[in-house]
Amino acid sequence: MRVELENLSKSWDGVVGADNITLDIADGELVAFLGPSGCGKTTTLLMVAGIYKPTGGTISFDGQIVNAVAPKDRGIGMVFQSYALYPHMTVFGNISYPLRLQKLEKDEIRQRVQQVVDMMGIGDLLDRKIAQLSGGQQQRVSLGRALVKEPQLLLFDEPLSNLDARLRLTMRGEIKRLQKDLGITSIYVTHDQIEAMTMADRIAVMSKGVLQAYDVPEALYDRPKTLFVAGFVGNPPMNFFDVEIVQADGDFRAKSGGIDLVIPSDRAEKAAAVKGKVVMGLRPEDVDLVDDTSPATEGLTLTGETTVVEPLGREDLVQVSIDGVEMRVLVDKTKGVRVGDNIELAVNTTKIQLFDPETEQSLLWA
Amino acid sequence: MTTTEIAPSLHPAGPLTEAREKMGRRFAYGFLILSIVPILIGYAWLIIATLSIRTEGLLPRNAEGGIGGFTLRNWDFITDSAIWNAMLNSLLIAVAMVIGVGVASTAGGYALSRMKFAGRKGFLSMTLVLHAFKAEMLLIAIFFVLRWLGDIPLIGDYIGFNSVGGVALVMIALELPLGIWLMKGFFDNLPWDMERAALIDGASRFRVWWQIMLPQVRPGLAALSLFTFIAGWNAYLVPFTFTVGTKVANMPVFLSQLISDTAPTNWNQVAAVGLFQMVPLIIFFIFTQELLLNIYAGGSKGT
Ligand SMILES: Nc1ncnc2c1ncn2[C@@H]1O[C@H](COP(=O)(O)OP(=O)(O)OP(=O)(O)O)[C@@H](O)[C@H]1O
Ligand SMILES: [Mg+2]
Repeated sequence: MRVELENLSKSWDGVVGADNITLDIADGELVAFLGPSGCGKTTTLLMVAGIYKPTGGTISFDGQIVNAVAPKDRGIGMVFQSYALYPHMTVFGNISYPLRLQKLEKDEIRQRVQQVVDMMGIGDLLDRKIAQLSGGQQQRVSLGRALVKEPQLLLFDEPLSNLDARLRLTMRGEIKRLQKDLGITSIYVTHDQIEAMTMADRIAVMSKGVLQAYDVPEALYDRPKTLFVAGFVGNPPMNFFDVEIVQADGDFRAKSGGIDLVIPSDRAEKAAAVKGKVVMGLRPEDVDLVDDTSPATEGLTLTGETTVVEPLGREDLVQVSIDGVEMRVLVDKTKGVRVGDNIELAVNTTKIQLFDPETEQSLLWA
Repeated sequence: MTTTEIAPSLHPAGPLTEAREKMGRRFAYGFLILSIVPILIGYAWLIIATLSIRTEGLLPRNAEGGIGGFTLRNWDFITDSAIWNAMLNSLLIAVAMVIGVGVASTAGGYALSRMKFAGRKGFLSMTLVLHAFKAEMLLIAIFFVLRWLGDIPLIGDYIGFNSVGGVALVMIALELPLGIWLMKGFFDNLPWDMERAALIDGASRFRVWWQIMLPQVRPGLAALSLFTFIAGWNAYLVPFTFTVGTKVANMPVFLSQLISDTAPTNWNQVAAVGLFQMVPLIIFFIFTQELLLNIYAGGSKGT
């Protein structure tokens, strides 16, 4: 099912939940709503579900405006963060509830529930009460209850945030696989960007009720259109520096304090028009420690003193103070960087991002 | 609560801790027994009194002043249809109250907890204020309302002045502020998501209330029903004020009618009627003990 939101807004006397959201979701697509807490993800989702009435704008399913359609007639299934299972019913009672409300034949109900629980691997739990299930099992039951209706649209509101890290990883893959196998259009709300990056076909990044960006994951990562998106997508987050772009000897250089980097002209040219400072963004993984194997090149290095070293396993997250400006970089653990070391970093300047400090818009990607 | 699981203690119980535990338990039982003795004596006295001509302390005395004088005469009222009528009236009032208060409180509590409508805030504070009025202050006003209700054709005789229905109506009204606030509190604690899930699953708002939300507040409803039943069973002031004669009297009113100003009162008979009035409550408590313990222990058990 195609879903289109047009200028969708919701506010409660003064409190803005969602502000003029416009986006479209193709049939069979999984779209993630990503953003910090309180940015309006749940609000938008509940409007799509028909639980909240929009204060403005329209919601269309397959070109049909559904603003006035009741939740039960929208052909949706929803999975909640709290699972929202009915504690006084068994697993069978929960999963069969939507079908019993449709007054289907007993045999058909039994058959469809069986089909779903087999798919979810919870067939042996049918007679259990909800309180007798683990968090992961409850999650599966709640997914089963959403799927048993054979919905046209699946809505997920942070379904995995109450699970432990390992289970989250398994469920992530499972949900993604199910969604693709069944080809159900889905909206997946999360504040975990790794979840969004790995699962979604496209990601809608939101902040304070406003849609900041809507694109495929790689584009958000490589070509962030706003400062917010650049800072929010990616972990550890991008480093930002206030720099001045100056042209000297045919080179563009970004300068400020201890920073003096040659910027590829295709990127720098777009920023040269801005008078004064611009915001330069550099991801922690786009630098390398200078040593025998990767020698330094003039204009492509930064030097500084390490202040913090956090081992992440394969890599170390190193905080470097470059003439007073802090920066976080990822360094191969085998290099053995220690606190207090003076290090030299080779910068991959072709990955540099530039933003207008006033509008916070990207100078590179209009 | 049929089984109790106790977490394994970190340290294996040595002889010392075991002895200390035993001491603790003895102390607890001793304290409980001591504190229950006066109550038991009271009941013993009551029971002995109902079976004797007269008593002196706990000792039954016969006409000559010696120990003895057992009699069943005080219980003669059992064969009198008036007491059974009073019992029936008591039961009717209590049951009507449980049903009326239960239905109105769960419906009203849900609406006040979950729905937005004009005057919601005002209604909430007004019920609180109304609850502060004692029934005594409202008696005269209620009398006029009941008189007016009595004039309604057909049903007036059942809900007006001097009718069991009228008494029940008044008692329900007096109990509702508490009931509504109590149930609203229980609904307030339920997650919205469960309700939303049910709406998406295809339930109507009424069905959500009935099939999804009500089962979650069952412990609260049980507690409210119990309080209401006891309040109805023991109701005295309202039935005494709004009924005349023995036909519509409930048990407490019947009891008070035994205490007459003109003839000497047979206190042993009064004691017997009082005991008789308690019998249904005692039976009720014996059967619902376990449920009550669960309610007081903090609501639903989860399973
Ligand atoms: N029923 C409501 N009444 C008033 N304000 C609300 C209501 N629901 C949400 N809001 C407000 O709308 C804003 C967006 O809330 P929303 O629940 O959509 O955030 P969210 O992105 O889902 O956050 P989280 O990640 O914490 O779940 C918040 O400022 C919130 O306080
Ligand atoms: Mg939310």
